[in-house]
Amino acid sequence: MILPWLIGLPVLGGLAALLLGTHRPRAARLAVLLVLSVDLALALSLWSKAPFGLPAAGGGFFVEFSAPWIPRFGISLHLGIDGLSLLMVLLTLFLGILSVAASWREIEERVGFFHLNLMWVLAGVIGVFLTLDLFLLYFFWELMLVPMYFLIGVHGHERRVFAALKFFIFTQVGGLLMLLSIVALAAAHARATGTLTFDYLALLGTPMGRTTATLLMLGFFVGFAVKLPAFPFHTWLPDAHTEAPTAGSVLLAGLLLKTGAYGLLRFVVPLFPAAAERFAPAAMTLGVIGILYGAMLAFAQNDLKRFVAYTSVSHLGFVLLGVFAWNRLALQGVVMQMICHGLSTGALFMLVGALGERTGTRDLRRLGGLWAAAPRMGALGLVLAMASLGLPGLGNFVAEFLVLAGAFRVQPGLTILAAIGLVFAAIYALVLVQRTFHGGNAEGWKIRDLGRRELVILGSVIVVLVWLGFHPQPVLDAAGPALARLESIVAG
Amino acid sequence: MTYQNSSPADFIALGPWIITAAAAVLVLLVLSFRRRHGLILVLTLCGLAAAFFSLAVAAGQIPRPVGALFQVDGFALFYSGLILLLAFAVALFAYGYLEGQQVRREEFYPLLLLGTLGAMVLSAGSHFASFFLGLETLSVSLYVLIAYLVARPGPVEAGLKYLILAGASSAFLLFGMALVYAASGTMLFSELSRAEPSPMFLAGLGMMLVAAGFKLALVPFHLWTPDVYQGAPAPAGAFIATVSKGAMIAVLLRVFFDEGAITAEPVWWALALPAFASMLCGNLLALLQENVKRILAYSSIAHFGYLMTAFLAARDLAVETATFYLVGYCAATLAAFGVVTVLSEREREAERFDDYRGLFWRRPALATVLTTALLSLAGIPLTVGFPGKFYLVAAGVDASLWVLLFALLLGSAIGLFYYLRVIVVMFGEPPVTVAGALPVWSGAAVLLAVLTLVMLWLGVDPEPLIQLIRRIRIGA
Repeated sequence: MILPWLIGLPVLGGLAALLLGTHRPRAARLAVLLVLSVDLALALSLWSKAPFGLPAAGGGFFVEFSAPWIPRFGISLHLGIDGLSLLMVLLTLFLGILSVAASWREIEERVGFFHLNLMWVLAGVIGVFLTLDLFLLYFFWELMLVPMYFLIGVHGHERRVFAALKFFIFTQVGGLLMLLSIVALAAAHARATGTLTFDYLALLGTPMGRTTATLLMLGFFVGFAVKLPAFPFHTWLPDAHTEAPTAGSVLLAGLLLKTGAYGLLRFVVPLFPAAAERFAPAAMTLGVIGILYGAMLAFAQNDLKRFVAYTSVSHLGFVLLGVFAWNRLALQGVVMQMICHGLSTGALFMLVGALGERTGTRDLRRLGGLWAAAPRMGALGLVLAMASLGLPGLGNFVAEFLVLAGAFRVQPGLTILAAIGLVFAAIYALVLVQRTFHGGNAEGWKIRDLGRRELVILGSVIVVLVWLGFHPQPVLDAAGPALARLESIVAG
Repeated sequence: MTYQNSSPADFIALGPWIITAAAAVLVLLVLSFRRRHGLILVLTLCGLAAAFFSLAVAAGQIPRPVGALFQVDGFALFYSGLILLLAFAVALFAYGYLEGQQVRREEFYPLLLLGTLGAMVLSAGSHFASFFLGLETLSVSLYVLIAYLVARPGPVEAGLKYLILAGASSAFLLFGMALVYAASGTMLFSELSRAEPSPMFLAGLGMMLVAAGFKLALVPFHLWTPDVYQGAPAPAGAFIATVSKGAMIAVLLRVFFDEGAITAEPVWWALALPAFASMLCGNLLALLQENVKRILAYSSIAHFGYLMTAFLAARDLAVETATFYLVGYCAATLAAFGVVTVLSEREREAERFDDYRGLFWRRPALATVLTTALLSLAGIPLTVGFPGKFYLVAAGVDASLWVLLFALLLGSAIGLFYYLRVIVVMFGEPPVTVAGALPVWSGAAVLLAVLTLVMLWLGVDPEPLIQLIRRIRIGA
C-alpha cells in the first residue's frame, strides 16, 4: 500500500493547500512542505527495504501494488518500484520540496491554487515513475500536463498564455501518438496471445512484425522525445521555461524532462528491442545534434532563462545518446545525468529566479558586475555553471563521462562529435558567469545578496552534486540491478 | 410475421413512453388552469421521474416487440433512461433561466416532455413508421423550443432556420424510406441487413443517412448548428446537443447493428467520409470562433465525427463504444450548457469571452464546473472524456481504421487549442468592472455539482458503467 500513498499524499496535500490558501497562505505552504517531507520519508523507508547491497537479489520490483481498475480492457492499477524508480522518486520529492521553498516569496497571489498545481504535477510525475501499466502510464502522463499548464499559464510571466498553450499542445500531440501506440501494442498482444492486457510486464516481448514494431516504437519515441525534449521537438521548451514561474521551471527542467528520459529507458527500448536497435543510429544522431545545437543556441541567448533552457536541450542530448547506446556504462551515465541535470539545472533556475526577483530583468545585456554587489550569489552561480559544464568533482562530470565512454563503444564517430559539446558547454558556462557577475556594473545594480533560505536551498543542491561527483557509487549500486534487468530483457 | 394481440404486458413494457406522454398532457391541462411556474416544473419533474422509475418495471418484460413498431429491449430502456435523465436536467436548468425572462414560461415544459417522448420513441423504434413519427415529434417540439423567446430576434431566426432545414431533411428521410421499401419490401430495421444491396436500396439508405447526418450535424450537413446553438435559449441548446443527437445515435445503432451489420461498401464510405470531414472541419472551424456557444456547436460537430468511428468498428464494440462515448459527451455538454444558462442575464446570454474573463477568481465553483466539462470534452484524464476517447481508439485500432484514427488524434489536438482558450479566459485577470453576479438557482447549482461529480467519478472508475453498457443488447 505504500506505493499508492506515495502518489496519493501529494494529491491530498494539494487539496489541503487549496483549502488553506485563500485565508492562510503560510499554513498552506507549511502543509505542503509537511506532506512532501512525509512522502520523502516514505520513499526513504523504501530504500531500507531495497535489496541493493545483496549480491543474490535480482533487479525486479521489490515493492509492487496491484489492484483491478478497468477489467474490461485488462487495465489494472499496477505500480512497482525498483532501484531506478526509487532514485527518480527521491529526486522528485527533493526537488519538490526545494521548489516549494524557492517560491516562498515569489508567489504571493493565489497561493492555494499554485500549490495545488505544484503538488499534482509531483503526483503525476511520481505516478509515471512507478507505473507498470501502460494505460496508467498515459493517465499519469496526461495528468501532470494540466496542472503544469496552469502553473505556467496562470502564475507565469508576460507571454504565459502562449507558452502554456505551446507546451500543452506539443506534449499532447506526442502523448496522443503514444496512446495510439499503447493501444496498438495491446491489440497486437491480444492477437498473439488472446488476452487483452496493458500490463507492462506482460507486454514485454510481444511478438510482432518488423514494420509494426518500428511504427509503434516511433509512436512511443515521439511521445517521450517531445518531453525530453530531443531535437527537433524542443522548440516548446525555451518558451515554457521563459514564461514559467521559478518553481514551474524547476519542475519542468528537473522532473518533467526526466519523465521523457525515464520513458525511453523503461518503455521504448525494452518493449521494442529490435526496432530500437535499428533506430539507434538515428536516435543517437538526434542526440548529438541536440547536444551541439542546444549548446550553440544557449550561447546566443540574451535571456537568462532561455539560456538555461537551451543548455537543458544540450544536456538531455546526452541522455538520448546514452539510452540508445544501451550498454552498462552508458545507462549508468544516463541515470546519473537524469539526477545531476535535474539538480543542477533546477538550482540554476532558482538562482535565475532569485536574480530576476531582485533586478526585475533576466536580460544578460543589462546585467553585469553583480559579483561585487552579491558575492554569495556569484559564488554559487559559478559552482552551478561549473556543474553545467561538467567539471570533474561534480556529479554532472561523472554522468557525461560515463555516457561518452559507453557510447564510444557503439558509435565512436558520433561520440567524438558529442564530446565537442563539452567544449561548447565550457564556453557558454563561462560566458554566462562572465556576463552576469563580472565586467562593469553598467546599470549600477545594488541588490540584496542571497538570504538564509536561498543559501540553504542552493547549498543543499551543491552538497548533493559534490557528493555525487566524488562518490557516485550509491546511485550506481541502486540503479545497477534495475539496469541489469532491463538489459537482460532487451537481450531476450 | 405475425403479431400477438395487445396484452397487458405490452402496456407494462411501454410504461415509460405512456407515462411521458401522459405527463405532457397533464402538464398542458394544468397550465391552462393554473399558471404557476413552480407547480409546472414540479409536475414535469415528477412525470420524468415516474417514467424513469417505470423503466425498472418495464425491464421485467424485455425483450418484447410491441406490434411492429416498437422493440422494447435493454437497449431501448438504457437510451430512454439516458434521455429522461437529460430531460430532467434540462428542465431544472430551464426553470432558473426562464424565471429571469418576461415571457410566458410554462409552455416550455410540455414541449420539453413531447420532445423527450419523441426521442424515446426513436430509441425503441424498430420500424420506419416509428422512426419517422419519433423524429417528427422531436423536431416539432424543437422548432418551438428554439424560438421560445419570441421577443428576441436571435431565437426566432434560429428556429426558422431549423424548421426549414429539418423539414428538408425529413423529406429526404421519407423519400429514402420509400426507396428502401421499394427495393427491399421491408420497413423493419431488423430485415434491412438481409436485403439485397441494390442501387435503389443503397440510394434510399443514403438519403436516410442524409437525414441522420442533419440531425447529428455531420459535415456537410452541419451548417445550421452554430447558428441554432447561438440563437436558441441555452436550455434548448442543451436539449438539441444531448437528447436530440443521442436519440439519433440510438436509431443509427439499431439500424446498423440490429440483426447483423449492414456491410455494403458504399454504406461504409457514406459513414467514413462525413466522420472524417466532421472531425477536421468541426475542430478547425471552432478555432475561428469568438463565442462560447458557437465553440460548443463546432465541438459537437467534431464529437459526432469521433463517434462515427465507433460505427465503423466491429459490431459488439460499436454499440458499447458509441454508448459510452455518448454518455460522457452528454454529461460534459450538459454541464457546459448549464454554466452558460446559469450565467445568462435577462437580456442576453453569457456567450462572449468577456462574460467568462476571470470567472475562476469571481465564481470559482462555476468555473470549476466549466473547466471540468471542457477538459472532459478534450478527453483529459480524471474526466469521463478520457475513457471515452480511449474506447474510440481501442475500437479503431481493433478495426484497423488508421486514417480515421489519425484524423481523431489530429482533431483532438486542434480541439485542445480552443477548449484551452476558454479555460485560459476563465483563469485570466477579472475585468475591473464586474456586473453584480446573479445568484444561481439552487436546483441548477446542485445539478451542476452532480454533473461534475459524475464526470470525475466516471473518469476515475468507468468500469461500472462499462459493465452496465455491456449488458444491454439490441433485441434482448
